[in-house]
Amino acid sequence: MAERLLEVKGLKVEFATEDGVVNAVDGVSFTLDRGQVLGIVGESGSGKSVTAMTMLGLTRGVNARFEGEVNYKGRDLIGMSEDELQTVRGNEIAMIFQDPMTAMNPVYRVGMQIAEGLRAHNSRMNKHQSRARGVELLRAVGIPNPESRVDDYPHQFSGGMRQRAMIAMALANNPDILIADEPTTALDVTIQAQIIELIDRLKDEFNSAVILITHDLGVVAEIADVIMVMYAGRVVEVGSKRQIFYDPQHPYTWGLLGSIPRLDRPKADRLHSIEGVPPSLINLPQGCKFRPRCPHAFEKCWEEPALENRVEEPGHLDRCWLPVEAKRNIREATISGETRAA
Amino acid sequence: MAAFIIRRTLGAVIVLAVVSFLTFCIFIVIPGGDPAERMAGKNATDENIANIRETWGFDQPFYVQYAKMMQNVFSGDLISYTTQQDVIAEIKRGLPATLSLAIGAAIIWLFFGVLVGVISAVTAGRWSDRGITILALIGISMPVFWLGILARYYLGPENAGIFPDGQYVPLTENPVDWFYHMILPWFVLAVLFIGFYGRVLRSNILDSINEDYVRTARAKGLNPRRVLIKHVLRNSMIPIVTLFALDFAAVIGGGAILTETVFDLQGVGQYAARSVRTLDLPPIMAVTLLGAFFIVFFNAIVDFLYAYLDPRIRPS
Amino acid sequence: MTQQATDFTLDTAAELAELEHGAIEGRSPWYLAWRRLRRNYVALASLVVFLLIVAACVAAPWYANNVAKTGPSSTHLTDKITVDGKQVDVISPGGTEPDPETGQLVIKAVEVLGPQLWKADGKYVLGADTLGRDIAVRVLYGGRNSLKIGIGSALICTFLATLLALIAGYFGGWSDWLITRVFDLIAALPVILLGIALGAALAINGFHQGPINIESGSLWIPTLIISVILVAYVGRPLRGQILSLREKEFIEASISQGSGPFRVMIGELLPNIASTILVFFTLIIANNILVEAALSFLGAGVQPPEPSWGTLISEGQERIRTAPWLTIVPGTAIVLTVVALNIFGDGLRDALDPRAKVRIEH
Repeated sequence: MAERLLEVKGLKVEFATEDGVVNAVDGVSFTLDRGQVLGIVGESGSGKSVTAMTMLGLTRGVNARFEGEVNYKGRDLIGMSEDELQTVRGNEIAMIFQDPMTAMNPVYRVGMQIAEGLRAHNSRMNKHQSRARGVELLRAVGIPNPESRVDDYPHQFSGGMRQRAMIAMALANNPDILIADEPTTALDVTIQAQIIELIDRLKDEFNSAVILITHDLGVVAEIADVIMVMYAGRVVEVGSKRQIFYDPQHPYTWGLLGSIPRLDRPKADRLHSIEGVPPSLINLPQGCKFRPRCPHAFEKCWEEPALENRVEEPGHLDRCWLPVEAKRNIREATISGETRAA
Repeated sequence: MAAFIIRRTLGAVIVLAVVSFLTFCIFIVIPGGDPAERMAGKNATDENIANIRETWGFDQPFYVQYAKMMQNVFSGDLISYTTQQDVIAEIKRGLPATLSLAIGAAIIWLFFGVLVGVISAVTAGRWSDRGITILALIGISMPVFWLGILARYYLGPENAGIFPDGQYVPLTENPVDWFYHMILPWFVLAVLFIGFYGRVLRSNILDSINEDYVRTARAKGLNPRRVLIKHVLRNSMIPIVTLFALDFAAVIGGGAILTETVFDLQGVGQYAARSVRTLDLPPIMAVTLLGAFFIVFFNAIVDFLYAYLDPRIRPS
Repeated sequence: MTQQATDFTLDTAAELAELEHGAIEGRSPWYLAWRRLRRNYVALASLVVFLLIVAACVAAPWYANNVAKTGPSSTHLTDKITVDGKQVDVISPGGTEPDPETGQLVIKAVEVLGPQLWKADGKYVLGADTLGRDIAVRVLYGGRNSLKIGIGSALICTFLATLLALIAGYFGGWSDWLITRVFDLIAALPVILLGIALGAALAINGFHQGPINIESGSLWIPTLIISVILVAYVGRPLRGQILSLREKEFIEASISQGSGPFRVMIGELLPNIASTILVFFTLIIANNILVEAALSFLGAGVQPPEPSWGTLISEGQERIRTAPWLTIVPGTAIVLTVVALNIFGDGLRDALDPRAKVRIEH
């Protein structure tokens, strides 16, 4: 039985802005075991990044309000003091971000930025040791010539190499959990595959768990064990990779799946895209949050569905009122793009 | 590296040449007053005026006059039209006061500007921030010379008696007195810049705090002081440093005129102001060139500094 | 809030859909900026203060005729006025008088009437100067000149800077090179010296070259001088912004659709730098008022007998010991005006800044 590293229960995050209260995350729960890869998928505004950053306390501020629990190895990260949280960040839980060019300080050498993270959590390490470790890490992530590259500046790296360097920085202290927030969005498609493969390999090498956040289901198709689909701050569907790809239950998931070009389907004339725009997080729609954009909404949808297990297989939860059988029939049609919004 | 220096030097020479030519043109072309007449005085005869014209070369075409003047500038042979004194010597006499004022004020405004900016940014939104912002706004809204007049009067011998009544005491003569006489002019000149720099730095810091690399630094678990100093400040200070170099050059290049005049420091600026009022071209030319030189020089330093501070700009 | 599914009819659904649709509608950045500005009470108050000052200066003649009952240049060296029922000299004569203690003759200093506020029935509210002129009237008239020059030069400067920046940024090539060199040159010239030089030179004889004929006392002289010497200060940042906008795809798109330079500059580039121009304009007015004051103080700006806040301070400087209000009043007027403009300009910048106060990640 793998060790349970993370247990998130009913996480709620609200931001007070001059336009009103933004309900960024509303009632998100999930678990994460060692060696597991959790993919969190959703559009901009779905709350996936806020969820991740909240776990490390990066969203704390005067305007932010939190509810719920983020339980890491028995300790609640939400209530933890800033000092204690500092020992967790970059040490036990590490995070990499979307754009490696802006995520690294342009005026410091890459080696120094890695060493900084090392020495912050290993006070007895000296400059020599941290530099050597930096070289090792760069090598582990597949950067050629690490001994000279370690003294280069971020702008001297190519996009893919930069992201690898960021991963090296994140793994410097052997964290239990690596959170990757849209790690491939800013990169070329060919590089994307390399980075995902790298993360997969390193996960085994370092024996960590990974939370992979993306808007692209194709990215998680490779390595995710569990996939959680988020919309408007809520989880709308969660299940194993197989369950999500072969028996998706929520119309939003269908939309996401339909917008991936796939070789195992008849070729469609156009890629199907979901109509409409994500809802305002201040004035959320009544009932099911996806209802305004859902081609199959009916009257019951004015009441918000609970996240429940409605199919036979356990562990596959969704938030949709549609009866399972009817769903499966409509589903094929939707994914092939034959139905448009009513 | 060498190419950079050669290019900048060439550019600087060209700019200075154009500046000198422009200054010359402004004074010959625009006033339309005859310098010979002015020099001859009220009861001059036509013969006097013609003599002066010939001696001083005012009858030559203007490019010849320009060449002659430039020659005089570099040979140190420049004579004022109105006072008949050696311009270069006068400038040398006023330089210590001007430099004392500029350097002292610069140190003060840099130190306090950064201090004020950091405090304001770190406590953003709270009373200390609001208070500093108000003071800074008032500081940059006051005419420097007005503040100087009031300071000199209300803090001088007539009233509070804390500070002396202006004037400059050379450093070599009496360091304590020199310092004592300079404090008020230093602070008066610095007030405007402290307010300005404080606000610029505050704005830069608040921007930097939202940068991605600061988020990364926090995510790495670095302690807040390190994040502030090594990541936030390191980047927010870059514009401040370059601004400082340019402002310092501007102060030496004439920005100190008002403060010098108000406190009667007899520096280069005051000399320039006097000469301008009498449309005395030689001193104006010399002081303008001096000021332009400093500005061009510091511009080059700024470019160089920028490359050092921001590795992205370095030619690789 | 849960409802039974049967409570909802299609009509209700349609209504709620309407409401939702309205909430999703986008808002233009100008509207958002206006909303933000509206909430900034301090900035709005500052704008009101500035407008009040402008209004007061515009009403100078009314004040002069109806309240102070004297003009800005009218001297009253020997007048007496009624204060609290007593007759008081506007300018007390000097002369000598016996010292009460020693009995010896001492020279009595000439005293000028101080601020009366409302005691003298509206006359000399802020005191008199050495020629018996009403300071309050002079400050208002001086404000007219200072504001005219400040706002006028800001308009010209901003207009010129925008024009040059657009040309340099859009066309690039040699026009950019030329304009940048001009900016660099103006910036390399010691600005204050240049301002003083031009101001003094033109003050004596005016400007008579070719078709342009400006008399020596005209306010156009300081206005144009200040506009020119500050053009680079506004032009360079604008040019930088335009250069980065130039690379954006929507400009390329517009050009490839056949839009001519004029259309691209006015239709695409200008709206995007409009908020920067607006903020700059406000702050430049403030800056120019200070520059005009400095130039006039040194004698290179507004020429006597025309008053301006700068000349008033210069006049007051000699009498600082006996009549400090002569210096304090015009200086305070400048500080109030400039602070109000700065606070409003700041608020404007905050309102127009597209960055939201809270950064929401997705």
